[in-house]
Amino acid sequence: MGCGLCQVYCKTQHSVSKDILKAFKKESPRPVSRIRVERKAEICFSLRCRHCDEPWCVYSCLTGAMHRDVATGMVVVDRNKCMGCWTCIVACPNGALTRDLDNKIVAKCDLCPGLEVPACVANCPNDALVLVEEDKEDVPEFAGSSVRM
Amino acid sequence: MKNNERLETTYLIIGSSAGGIGAAESIREMDKSGRIVITSDEPYPAYSRPLISEYLAGERIVEEMLFRPADFYEQHGIELLLGKKVKSLDLGRKVVEMDSGERITWEKLLLATGGKPIVPDIKGLNQKGVFTFLTLGDAKAIADYIGSVSRAVVIGGGLIGISVTEALMKLGVAVNVVEMKDRVLNTILDDEASLMTEQNLKRKGVGIITGHTVSEIMGESSMEGVILDNGERVPCELVVMAIGVLPRTELARNTGIKVNRGIVVDRHMATSCPDVYACGDVAEAYDFIYGINRITPIWPNAYIGGMVAGRNMAGIEADYAGGTAMNSLNYFGMDITTAGIVAPQDSSVYEVISRRREDGVYQKVILGDGLVKGMVFIGDIEKSGMIFGLMRGMVKVDGFKHELLADDFGLAYFPAELRRERLGVVPSKAATKS
Repeated sequence: MGCGLCQVYCKTQHSVSKDILKAFKKESPRPVSRIRVERKAEICFSLRCRHCDEPWCVYSCLTGAMHRDVATGMVVVDRNKCMGCWTCIVACPNGALTRDLDNKIVAKCDLCPGLEVPACVANCPNDALVLVEEDKEDVPEFAGSSVRM
Repeated sequence: MKNNERLETTYLIIGSSAGGIGAAESIREMDKSGRIVITSDEPYPAYSRPLISEYLAGERIVEEMLFRPADFYEQHGIELLLGKKVKSLDLGRKVVEMDSGERITWEKLLLATGGKPIVPDIKGLNQKGVFTFLTLGDAKAIADYIGSVSRAVVIGGGLIGISVTEALMKLGVAVNVVEMKDRVLNTILDDEASLMTEQNLKRKGVGIITGHTVSEIMGESSMEGVILDNGERVPCELVVMAIGVLPRTELARNTGIKVNRGIVVDRHMATSCPDVYACGDVAEAYDFIYGINRITPIWPNAYIGGMVAGRNMAGIEADYAGGTAMNSLNYFGMDITTAGIVAPQDSSVYEVISRRREDGVYQKVILGDGLVKGMVFIGDIEKSGMIFGLMRGMVKVDGFKHELLADDFGLAYFPAELRRERLGVVPSKAATKS
């Protein structure tokens, strides 16, 4: 339904305070949502990094900051190595990466480390978002989209 | 290893940068035991070349520039021979000879030797204070020299020139950039984007001299400045030659390996000689925008080409889908992304869609045959990845071309099938059955 709550909870979860008002109004550097919600007539969905099998962002990273974590299979960014050149943003065909301009490093979905279920999934009022583990093919088509790991 | 001793390898990789690492990683994925040796004439393990600007500016140390973690090589059983130059190839015997006299045999060879700076013959070139800017060694040499320097001239207004200019300005050095053509970054930007970049550079205090070359570097015991082709003198104590880069093809020349401007490779990244591969800045590989083999000396293409070469070297057939010129820059606080054909000459073939906003945003997409052939984004660059993805995927965009630069542009405008694929939506069972 395109409510955008996933973005709100994403931004809050990636803030220092984890408090919605502080995250949106007070914090500096400003926390960044790693989700884009698209709405066009009857089409609407929530989009973030899909931790692709063929991660163009990893292949294109100029510093080695963007890499696949061997243990989890997730595509992660090493904040210390990222130089904020945004080559990964050009490489990602889904536009799933975001500039964190205050820190000058790329921001992306990290599936909310420390949480059992990512904040966007946990707080989706319509259950449109589900967390799908790799190799589980048996996923029905949702109005929304899957959060893949 | 002593002189004249032979080192036997399964995979020998000459060059330890993006291409060499891409190949080594994909070889190791396929072949857990074959011996992989990477040689480099530089004394460091692979580092991020684009970061030499931050190194020079004093913002990063070498350890923070490494392309892979320090334990990467040991963990993957990849041996490094650093600070060693390959002298010659013997393709018949499958052996290379090093400058030091050592010999290394291979079963599969990768030439990932990169590029070398173009240094034209200018009077006064050999005096102290003239540098190139391609390697960490170059950055270190400038850093060691810069002590009393207050003014520099950078010859060449391309990526390397602007990158070294930014580092020098951060160090408090006044810089004049001398560009032969009439605008900076002229190979990767169109007129308008070049102009915007130039205005930004000037606002930040950079001197820009276009349409001229340097004909002489003045000074006897110490550098005094440069003389331009119109006779004008520009005082400086440091010159950086940043005219361009040529493929480093020496090793391949006169060996029978087909060399054009770069080493010619097929879609497997294989050269014309069996068991010899090439990738990166030295290779002339397929460009999917032009539909021909071209030199596209950018880091991602080197890494991806290396991955493809590595797979084929390990006996797993893989095709290089092709690369094209693609760059993302943010010098002096200005975010720019660019790819493919940016300044089309023939308006009967190409259609241009562009927009410019008062807040410094400029976006342009170049279309041909219903496909995206090029793009330039300045300021608001976050959707350029979707555009580049359409380029790379050769997606017909006729149906939504006027929305490509819309504020709400996104996957919602893509053809439904492509959107579903991108979003990873799996058709429901009922839908699959019907």
